[in-house]
Amino acid sequence: MSDKFYKVLLFVVALVMPLVCGGIVYALVTDAYDAFEHFGFFKFLTSKEWSYTDGAEQYGALPFITGTLMTTLFALIFCIPFSLPVALFVGEYFKGTKIAAILSTVTDLLAGIPSIIYGLWGFYTLRPFIMALNISPQGSGVLTASLVLAIMIVPYAASLSAEFIKMVPNDLKEGAYSLGATRAEVIRKVVFPVAGSGIFSSYILAIGRALGETMTVTMLIGNTNNIPESITSTGNSMASIIANQFGEADDLRLSSLIAIGLILFLITAFINLIGKIMIKRARIA
Amino acid sequence: MESVTPPILEFNKTCVSYTKQTMAVKYVSAAIDKNTITAIMGPSGCGKSTLLRAVNLMHNLYPNIRVDGEILLNGENILSMEPIDVRRRVGMVFQRPAPFPTMSIYDNVLSGYVLNGIRLSKTEKDETVERCLKSVALWDEVNDVLNKKGTFLSGGQQQRLCIARALAMKPDVLLMDEPTSALDPIATAHIEELMQELQNEVTILIVTHNMGQAMRISSKSMFMYLGELVEYGDTATMFSNPSDERTKAYLTGKMG
Amino acid sequence: MDKRKIRNRLAKDNALLWAVCILATLTAVPLFAILGEVFLRGYDQLSWTFFTEPTPTAYKAMVAIEAGNSIPGGIANGIIGTMIMLGMAVVVAVPIGILCGAFLAENPKNRFAQMVSYLTDLLQGTPSVIIGIVVYIWVVVPMKGYSAIAGSVALVIMMLPLIIRSTEETLKILPASLKEAGLALGGNRARVMLKVQLPAAFGGIFTGVLLAISRVIGETAPLMFTALGCSFIRFTIDKPISAVPLLIWEFFNDPNLQELIWGASLFLLLFVLTLNLTAKYLAKKWNQ
Repeated sequence: MSDKFYKVLLFVVALVMPLVCGGIVYALVTDAYDAFEHFGFFKFLTSKEWSYTDGAEQYGALPFITGTLMTTLFALIFCIPFSLPVALFVGEYFKGTKIAAILSTVTDLLAGIPSIIYGLWGFYTLRPFIMALNISPQGSGVLTASLVLAIMIVPYAASLSAEFIKMVPNDLKEGAYSLGATRAEVIRKVVFPVAGSGIFSSYILAIGRALGETMTVTMLIGNTNNIPESITSTGNSMASIIANQFGEADDLRLSSLIAIGLILFLITAFINLIGKIMIKRARIA
Repeated sequence: MESVTPPILEFNKTCVSYTKQTMAVKYVSAAIDKNTITAIMGPSGCGKSTLLRAVNLMHNLYPNIRVDGEILLNGENILSMEPIDVRRRVGMVFQRPAPFPTMSIYDNVLSGYVLNGIRLSKTEKDETVERCLKSVALWDEVNDVLNKKGTFLSGGQQQRLCIARALAMKPDVLLMDEPTSALDPIATAHIEELMQELQNEVTILIVTHNMGQAMRISSKSMFMYLGELVEYGDTATMFSNPSDERTKAYLTGKMG
Repeated sequence: MDKRKIRNRLAKDNALLWAVCILATLTAVPLFAILGEVFLRGYDQLSWTFFTEPTPTAYKAMVAIEAGNSIPGGIANGIIGTMIMLGMAVVVAVPIGILCGAFLAENPKNRFAQMVSYLTDLLQGTPSVIIGIVVYIWVVVPMKGYSAIAGSVALVIMMLPLIIRSTEETLKILPASLKEAGLALGGNRARVMLKVQLPAAFGGIFTGVLLAISRVIGETAPLMFTALGCSFIRFTIDKPISAVPLLIWEFFNDPNLQELIWGASLFLLLFVLTLNLTAKYLAKKWNQ
């Protein structure tokens, strides 16, 4: 195989990526077009109606955008108190030890569990628990979904944060210790500031994960097409309304679901792009 | 000539070991006088840096390193003291200059206070920064860019900033671990000059690879070989008339 | 400096250490809780017929439950469907992924390669449910029906970024001298890639493929809109087909079949985690 042919071959195969990504955008945009044309783009985004009575069809994405943002936000809040300690455990306190390797294996395995099994666990174990605590009568809702989502994103946030915490130069840490700082002070005043942008970006990527998580949320959020009034209310996320209704939908409802898919795609693409750019910057610095 | 004041720092059968079998520093005993500069020399791997780092209890950061014997600071054994207390009284400057990259020059000088959670008033801060930067001869060069990050400075300036950072805590002893090995000759000359002036404020213990440097700046010298303190005495005497064959071999370049 | 302040600071230092240890340990709890629950509720369902029989109809299951028997049948249709779709997906995704990864590793500064790199990240971050919608539009609509082909297209798209990344990263960390030595011996770039670089990178790429498989094998949402599911064993690729995660979803939604959830989940979980651990073990072994 000549060098020239080899180069061309690699180039042609690599064209798959722009084709696939372009194809995704094209397919979503053309099939979402009906819904946007029928309701108007901004109306669709801001309407909270979702009714499929024949002749009086009304579809709006607001409840699901809200549901997605709420589950993601709470998942992030619940995830930080666990992922940050894991990152410190693996990247600082027990860096390079066997016990740290065991904990990273455990978090890796957590990341490997399929989302449908998280959903089952949430449904059969966590939901009765929440009912028993009298937090909400049916046990499903934003809170239940967020709690399980939080467990699911801990591994992502933790392993990436740990990577940045590990990269903090020993020179700096020894410098701080030589001035009389305790480990807690070194972590707060040296490790976090130096690794800060990297840690931050790992949470951005964790958010990217949580936004699109489908089965877990579908099984736990309660599947009601309203804006959740509080953390214990039921609702639907963008991904879960698609999972719930895509199979039975046609015409305008199908187009509306695809439009929701397009919005979700754009949001996650944006979040991931920011996260990746920040990570690249943090790695260079 | 014997000094009248008691030694500020005293090693008493100090041993440092990384594993049970291998001892990096073996039964070192020596007394260091106040306001002197003592150079620790020896071929690489002889334990000189290890001994120096033990004075700042740096080995406490690494659980497998053991230190035995005594190291007395003003008569108190630091091995049984709280590390954070010891390290405040013993400053350290490392091989590679490493100012905190997220802090300004100003904050770098004060970083010891920030790290120790000691609050200073604005005037105290300003005074400390000016005093310390002046004593490392950096004030004139940086007094108009104090809010810039310390990492913007040149290597020599960064190292002086690190010395200023250590001096800000008003330590009794300043440990320097080959502080000029990463610097160019001009920056090195600056730092050497600086050490001479600092002698009045602080007792300096410096590990150096460079015999010329030891001769130029130190009044006392230690020669270590394979973890043992082979010879300790006046620098001039050691260089002109070493009492041990191994010292002689090292100083004449037959070992290194 | 007064002793009280030092004690105070040391207490805080200790408190942080304990907090970190306790919270980090708590993070491991869900793994064992999930493993424990799935294992305890599912292990007695695993039997030979569970792997050889297809899913029972809801009626059959109801009759068995009424009679106090355990539900007959198993998940063979799902296992076979998963294997067929996965097999087709691997055959397509692995060569394309490796060549794309090689392209990125060979042209690190090239504008187009940088774009491909960004698109790889984009695709990796795309929620799988959206891949499902898109493959529905691309394949299911034109073919006028759900099929194993559509399912495996979805799996290919999800696997590609993972294989591309692992190939690229493994090739990039190979010592440059390896490539240079190959070229110096007169090999052209294609030969050097094929005979020197790719074999040297085999461990990393293989690990990447294993991880990609373990990642997509439990995917449910995209298969719901593409493979749909099927209650009997089938080997045709242009008709709806089942998959293990699809079966779990069906069992979850059908009160009569709920008992089967746990056996199927245990099987899926063991499969995925074994793949994961194997990949991690191999990566470590090959790195040494």
